[in-house]
Amino acid sequence: MLTILFDGVAYGMLLFVLACGLAVTLGLMNFVNLAHGAFAMAGGYVTAVLMNRYGIPFLLTLPFAFLVPSLTGLVLERTLYKRLYTRSHLDQVLFSIGLVFMAIAAIDYSMGSQQQLIQLPTWLLGRADVLGIQIGRYRSFIIAVCGILVVVLQFILTKTRFGSRLRAAVDDRRVACGLGINVSMIFAVTFAVGSGLAGLGGALGAEILGLDPTFPLKFMIYFLIVATVGGTTSITGPFLASLLLGIADVAGKYYVPSFGAFVIYTLMIVVLVLRPQGLFARAR
Amino acid sequence: MAPVLETRGLVKRFGGLTATNDVSFRLERGGRHALIGPNGAGKTTFINLLTGVLTPTSGQILLEGKDVTHSRAELRVRRGLARTFQINQLFPAMTPLETIGLAVSERMGGGRDWWRVTGSKREIVDEIVDIARRFHLMDILDERTSNLAYGKQRLLEIAVAFASRPKVLLLDEPAAGVPEAERHELLATVAALPRDVSVLLIEHDMDLVFSFADRISVLVNGALFTEGTVEEVSNDPKVKAVYLGESVYE
Amino acid sequence: MKSHTEDDVRRVLTRRGRWGFSEIAFWLVAVATLVFMPDRHLILNEIAIIALFALSLDLILGYAGIVSLGHAAFFGLGAYVAGILAQQGIGNPLIGLAAAALAAAILGLATSFLVLRGSDLTKLMVALGVALILGEVANRMAWLTGGADGLQGVNVSPLLGLFEFDMFGTTAYAYSLTVLFVLFVLARRVMASPYGLSLRSIRDNPLRARAIGIPVNRRLVVIYTLAAAYAGSAGALLAQTIQFVSLDVLAFHRSADVMLVLVIGGAGYLYGGIIGAVVFKILQDYLSDLTPQYWLFWIGLILVLLVLMDRERMVSKARTLWKRTANRLTHRAEPLATTRTAREI
Repeated sequence: MLTILFDGVAYGMLLFVLACGLAVTLGLMNFVNLAHGAFAMAGGYVTAVLMNRYGIPFLLTLPFAFLVPSLTGLVLERTLYKRLYTRSHLDQVLFSIGLVFMAIAAIDYSMGSQQQLIQLPTWLLGRADVLGIQIGRYRSFIIAVCGILVVVLQFILTKTRFGSRLRAAVDDRRVACGLGINVSMIFAVTFAVGSGLAGLGGALGAEILGLDPTFPLKFMIYFLIVATVGGTTSITGPFLASLLLGIADVAGKYYVPSFGAFVIYTLMIVVLVLRPQGLFARAR
Repeated sequence: MAPVLETRGLVKRFGGLTATNDVSFRLERGGRHALIGPNGAGKTTFINLLTGVLTPTSGQILLEGKDVTHSRAELRVRRGLARTFQINQLFPAMTPLETIGLAVSERMGGGRDWWRVTGSKREIVDEIVDIARRFHLMDILDERTSNLAYGKQRLLEIAVAFASRPKVLLLDEPAAGVPEAERHELLATVAALPRDVSVLLIEHDMDLVFSFADRISVLVNGALFTEGTVEEVSNDPKVKAVYLGESVYE
Repeated sequence: MKSHTEDDVRRVLTRRGRWGFSEIAFWLVAVATLVFMPDRHLILNEIAIIALFALSLDLILGYAGIVSLGHAAFFGLGAYVAGILAQQGIGNPLIGLAAAALAAAILGLATSFLVLRGSDLTKLMVALGVALILGEVANRMAWLTGGADGLQGVNVSPLLGLFEFDMFGTTAYAYSLTVLFVLFVLARRVMASPYGLSLRSIRDNPLRARAIGIPVNRRLVVIYTLAAAYAGSAGALLAQTIQFVSLDVLAFHRSADVMLVLVIGGAGYLYGGIIGAVVFKILQDYLSDLTPQYWLFWIGLILVLLVLMDRERMVSKARTLWKRTANRLTHRAEPLATTRTAREI
């Protein structure tokens, strides 16, 4: 029971790191980016390639899993995405699905369609017995890393100049522009960091979520759930939504394996119908 | 005779803010009534309450003596309450012909008609032509709305509302932003609206208010400040202090 | 003189309802392929089915502005209903078609109340969620649907008791093309009616539509239901003509593909779905020959390029061009002659 809760929390934290970038970009530019998962996949593959082809240790690959998607995100944002902010949601959906399809085919072409396996360092393997609860070492590691990231993100958002500008821009872009805040730059940076975090999440999650070319589509709905159910006005909402989703998914798969997916989708529909602004958003 | 539109003790609060404060207002049948007030006086909120965009916190709205306080917006339109918007709310991809045709056939219950081709009914066509003539839109009936001159768009804005054959027409700053060259046509058209339509005009432009209205209500801080004939209001020192003073200050 | 003006107005207003020369030619070409391209009937059948599916999406996307990523739900439901009926011995294709359309319409009506709320994104996700749930249901209820193995033993009786479904796809294509045509004519009629006009007004400006007295939600519920029935019919055609149904009919890529088809052809004038389907199939044939595995890449690239080249501007340009040629062909250029009407008044 507690083990399931623990696994659920680890899963949820992972989802948060994967999806928080999407939540922020959605809130900031009202941009529907279905290609967010492609950046996560990129991170996963960076780690897989560095480890399996060049024998670089797992931990050392993680910075690259952040940097590569982050830079890719920055380049794409500056060249392509930024042209689409003012366009209809249909255009944004078409464009980002197009990117997903291209990413899937490109990975399939270069890496093959099989699952990528990652050999974790031995100190992260196995389970430890803490106070009678079986706790996976790797999952504890994930919780620790993601927990630190959450704290750092929260700190950046609430305590730094950049954070207050970002929040101002999310609240009201026009007013923020009027105050002399360079919204375009803020968005580029946010997009890059969000993509990088997704990549990091993809690398950390390769072991738990699996990693193959269909990754962006398989988890697209999860990322979108985090962003829409959590609401996009702060990161607390997406964080709680991620935890909830993680726990519900793990518990659902464990207790009612035949209904696992129903639970998630049904919950999503119910929440969105009752609270279109998101479960934790301030009602407007 | 009962007024065509009446509010009784209308109140709207947003959290701690009272946007409409106990407004009891009467629009007489065939009246030309202007609602004025400084910016932020709550004119827009009042319009939104009347048309059903917002629900009042308390109070009543009566249209021809019938309570419509909680009726849905589209029902109020069918009962005879139409409005124009301060910022054009048109259908950019449709032509004026289609726009007016839509409003006319909706009024005749044609919106549920999914089989007959639009315009196959004689009386609809006749009425479209009448309205197009009245609003000087005949020459541009088949242009895309988004390509029209601003003044023509403003005329269409009123024509659409008029096409639902309202008993009460709410005009929200009809002349706002219209360039001088097109202004005369617009004002003349508004002045020539038939008398069986009662008009509530929300306006900043005092020339227009004084030339058009027979009664004026002044709204300040969400409450009715005073009401009277044009002479009474324009000579009221209190109004000058509150309203005109404010507009000089602007 | 007065009646003259009114006749002009009426003629312009009913323009949408009349069949132009180019439209008639379009359908004559379609019929001609039935006669003159006998070895292509299998692929033409697929095109007709995709076209009907895209037409269905056009009804909600092009005419009501609803972005849906879950349209495959209705297609898949229709396919399974028709397939299971045929498997259980009710092989009459027309009964199967009607049942599929009805089932999809009921699902459309039921889910419209969920889908038609909130922002574009929530709409999109709720529609997607419905499709995903349906996919899960089909997967779990393997005793009925065959699950991942697909529905085997679909036996469709001869059409009208006369025409056996042959291996060259001739009956299939004739059947699909006829259904497409009939449903197209219906859609065309609906969109030329005041109801169709009110839908376009809702897409353009829902705020004003409401202010004219249009019950916006009710109108959208109706079109969503109708579109669902169309998608269900397309699914039924697929199940009946290939006599097999797999979980693929509910897959996400179907919803995405149909959107691409519609976008290639252009939304909002009914022919977009059909033209898009032709282009899509030809592209698929050609590109899959080049690189069979990486078709997905090309779809993605086309989507990205279409958006970057500003789809809407292209479509509107194409449409003006089309109108001009169409008018020239029919010699019935009929804008309200501005000078003349002005003089008459």
